[in-house]
Amino acid sequence: MFVLETKDLTYVYGAGTPFHKTAVNRVSVGIERGEFLGIIGHTGSGKSTFIQTLNGLLRPTSGTVLLNGKDIWAEPKKIRSVRFRVGMVFQYPEHQLFEETVLKDICFGPGNMGLSAAQAEERARRAAKFVGLDDELLGKSPFELSGGQKRRAAIAGVIAMDPDVLVLDEPTAGLDPQGRDMLLEQISAYHRARGSTVILVSHSMEDIARFADRVLVMNEGRAVMLDKTKNVFARGRELEAMGLRVPQITSILLTLREKGYPVRPVLTVDEAVEELRPLLRKGGAHHAQ
Amino acid sequence: MLSDITLGQYLPGRSLIHRMDPRVKLALTFAFIVFLFVASNFQGLALMVALMLVVLCLSGVPVSQYFKSLKAILFIVLFTAALNLFYGSGRRVWGWKFMQITDGGIGNAIFISVRIVCLILFSSVLTFTTSPTQLTDAMERIMKPLQVLHVKVHEIAMMMTIALRFVPTLLEETDRIMSAQKARGADMESGGLRQRVKSLIPVLIPLFVSSFRRAYDLAMAMECRCYHGGEGRTRMKQLHMTGLDAAAVAVAAVFCAGVVLCAALFPASLH
Amino acid sequence: MDKSYLSAENVSYAYPAREDEESFEVLHGVDLGIRKGEFVALLGHNGSGKSTLAKHFNALLLPAGGKVYVDGLDTMDESLKLEIRRRVGLVLQNPDNQLVASVVEEDVAFGPENLGVPPPEIRRRVDDALRAVGMYDYRLNAPYKLSGGQKQRVAIAGIIAMQPDCIVLDEPTAMLDPRGRTEVLDTIHSLNRGKGITIVLITHYMDEAVGADRVVVMDDGRILTQGTPREVFSQVRLLKAHQLDVPQATELVWRLRREGFDLPECALDTAECVAALEKLLPRPQKI
Repeated sequence: MFVLETKDLTYVYGAGTPFHKTAVNRVSVGIERGEFLGIIGHTGSGKSTFIQTLNGLLRPTSGTVLLNGKDIWAEPKKIRSVRFRVGMVFQYPEHQLFEETVLKDICFGPGNMGLSAAQAEERARRAAKFVGLDDELLGKSPFELSGGQKRRAAIAGVIAMDPDVLVLDEPTAGLDPQGRDMLLEQISAYHRARGSTVILVSHSMEDIARFADRVLVMNEGRAVMLDKTKNVFARGRELEAMGLRVPQITSILLTLREKGYPVRPVLTVDEAVEELRPLLRKGGAHHAQ
Repeated sequence: MLSDITLGQYLPGRSLIHRMDPRVKLALTFAFIVFLFVASNFQGLALMVALMLVVLCLSGVPVSQYFKSLKAILFIVLFTAALNLFYGSGRRVWGWKFMQITDGGIGNAIFISVRIVCLILFSSVLTFTTSPTQLTDAMERIMKPLQVLHVKVHEIAMMMTIALRFVPTLLEETDRIMSAQKARGADMESGGLRQRVKSLIPVLIPLFVSSFRRAYDLAMAMECRCYHGGEGRTRMKQLHMTGLDAAAVAVAAVFCAGVVLCAALFPASLH
Repeated sequence: MDKSYLSAENVSYAYPAREDEESFEVLHGVDLGIRKGEFVALLGHNGSGKSTLAKHFNALLLPAGGKVYVDGLDTMDESLKLEIRRRVGLVLQNPDNQLVASVVEEDVAFGPENLGVPPPEIRRRVDDALRAVGMYDYRLNAPYKLSGGQKQRVAIAGIIAMQPDCIVLDEPTAMLDPRGRTEVLDTIHSLNRGKGITIVLITHYMDEAVGADRVVVMDDGRILTQGTPREVFSQVRLLKAHQLDVPQATELVWRLRREGFDLPECALDTAECVAALEKLLPRPQKI
């Protein structure tokens, strides 16, 4: 059974008005438990709308969303409980911090779940460790933290709810390459340690290539591809036709492949080196070091 | 969506009223409202109603829009009418126990209701036919003489312009913050008044903080574009008064004079 | 003073962290000259001092030590501030927080209005500026309805309307999606080539630096290295030692070179990398 599944999911903005827009159009996907799923698509492809239907922030115009096989809208009054199981981190999450101390803010989610103050605090501290926030920062006001620290505090606030599925919408937006790498490593470590399902929405193909097991490609509100990462990026030309890119390294080897060279699609520089080394040796270009 | 609410509901168009100089429109609207209160009898009021109908027709704005703006104050009008109905003086027309309706009361109720309706409609014409930017420009230029009294006219106008610019942006941001907090389990729907107010804190504080950040960034951007106050500033959009405005003022003057005449010639209608 | 249009001479600066800077933003004796018409990319990660240096070029910040000259004008001279800011425009990171008016063309007019330009001239400049960034059709729109890339282009138009010689852009694409990034980059390249406007682009994206005339890499408040993109990116070991990225194409060629393969010193993009590899690979079997 999929941890999350959508069946013919459709979401229309402004139905019946001049602003009618079908943002998500009959999307049926199944998300495996414990997988790291990447979602890519051009701006306006519907991916932001789609993920908001997964945790019940948006109610589908038609179609269903199933969490562990159960329709999340079966009991609309209990929809809040879904948000504790499907945690969502929005873009620039540091903009949601509001409490007097970082610790209190991280406790906000667990507190809303009905946990006792002690339980909430324990969860908060654990979450803070996961994202690499030092203990000494916990007692400070969130507004005293640096940008990177604030972001991690905000993400900790969602992780502290210990959701089964963690959805992150462009978590590295605005970060420099170093910050981006650190954050993604932490998310990956969390994924492995906790065994939870992670859904990463991103415009950075390199990040998706590095971390995602499978990739969902959305285009004009529809799900057009859902496959293992390597298989998706191997269809580079199709992605380009949709206005998407592939990681530069993938593009390089795809170009070589199209010219007739016997190389397989790769996702990282390491893989490319492995792939090219034997061929280059054959080409006689090797000099003794 | 939230951010589609436009302030004052400007409805673009090319009608005669749309094309008038906003300063003249602003001043005339103000004058009309004053004369609504100068009118002391039904004859004078009728003149103002006639004027109002002329203006509404010339504005090119569909009647349904005007009805919408009246809907908002319907309750106030009815309430005021009812109040006046029962507390007038004069000959008794209907009675039940301690309540009584007099002919004076009926007259007052009608008079005051009509007055309120006209007031709203005149204001609506102004906001329907004048963009927020034109309004702030007009206010800035009309207030200019106040600079002599050390009123910071330019700064006030700049504040209004920036506020108008950011209202939709802030509404969008409020949406986003609410979604983020709801995703953490915030409950904004249930509970009594106190509970609901408390649940606004996770939305209001981030909004405040982000607004301060915006102000800081914007100030820096303005300095980068050589902003240094109102001294020496020119304006790309110039306001020009034309024959249309002169004609409008003339017509308005005639009606207002008529109102004063009526007040002098006929007995007062309010008791 | 040499032929530099912008000149930083032994510039030092220090101020305590703003609430969202990682550390003290400090400059240690930076020397940098930027020639008229150049397209310079200033690379470095957060805290390297690149933004701080950028803000010295339009007198938003004044050096604690050393001097900064703009077209010969000393930024420390208070009376020259407005003139300096007219010549050197600064575009910031957040597209929203730069736009002041509720109508696009009125926002673009803001700069010239501040300079006291006569109204008919302002109208001309606004139209020209909007055309130059490709936003003329949106001149009557409200800013909040535009995409990030469009907003940034309007911000750039607002600067162009002041007819500057140079535009400094502080991470202008950091908050944009890929389409917005392309729009903005294409715009600044066309302004540089078409109108000869000097461009100083502060960025942490390697692929944006690749298109520059000169790349200046900063770390820890100092200039680490500078040169053409090729010269800079071939110093892969140095960049990696300072936790800086190189394009994947460059890294691939560097790694293979290290293993002894006879590849050129540097490949900057996909095309160069493919071409370099093709020279060495055994001829393809055409199916």
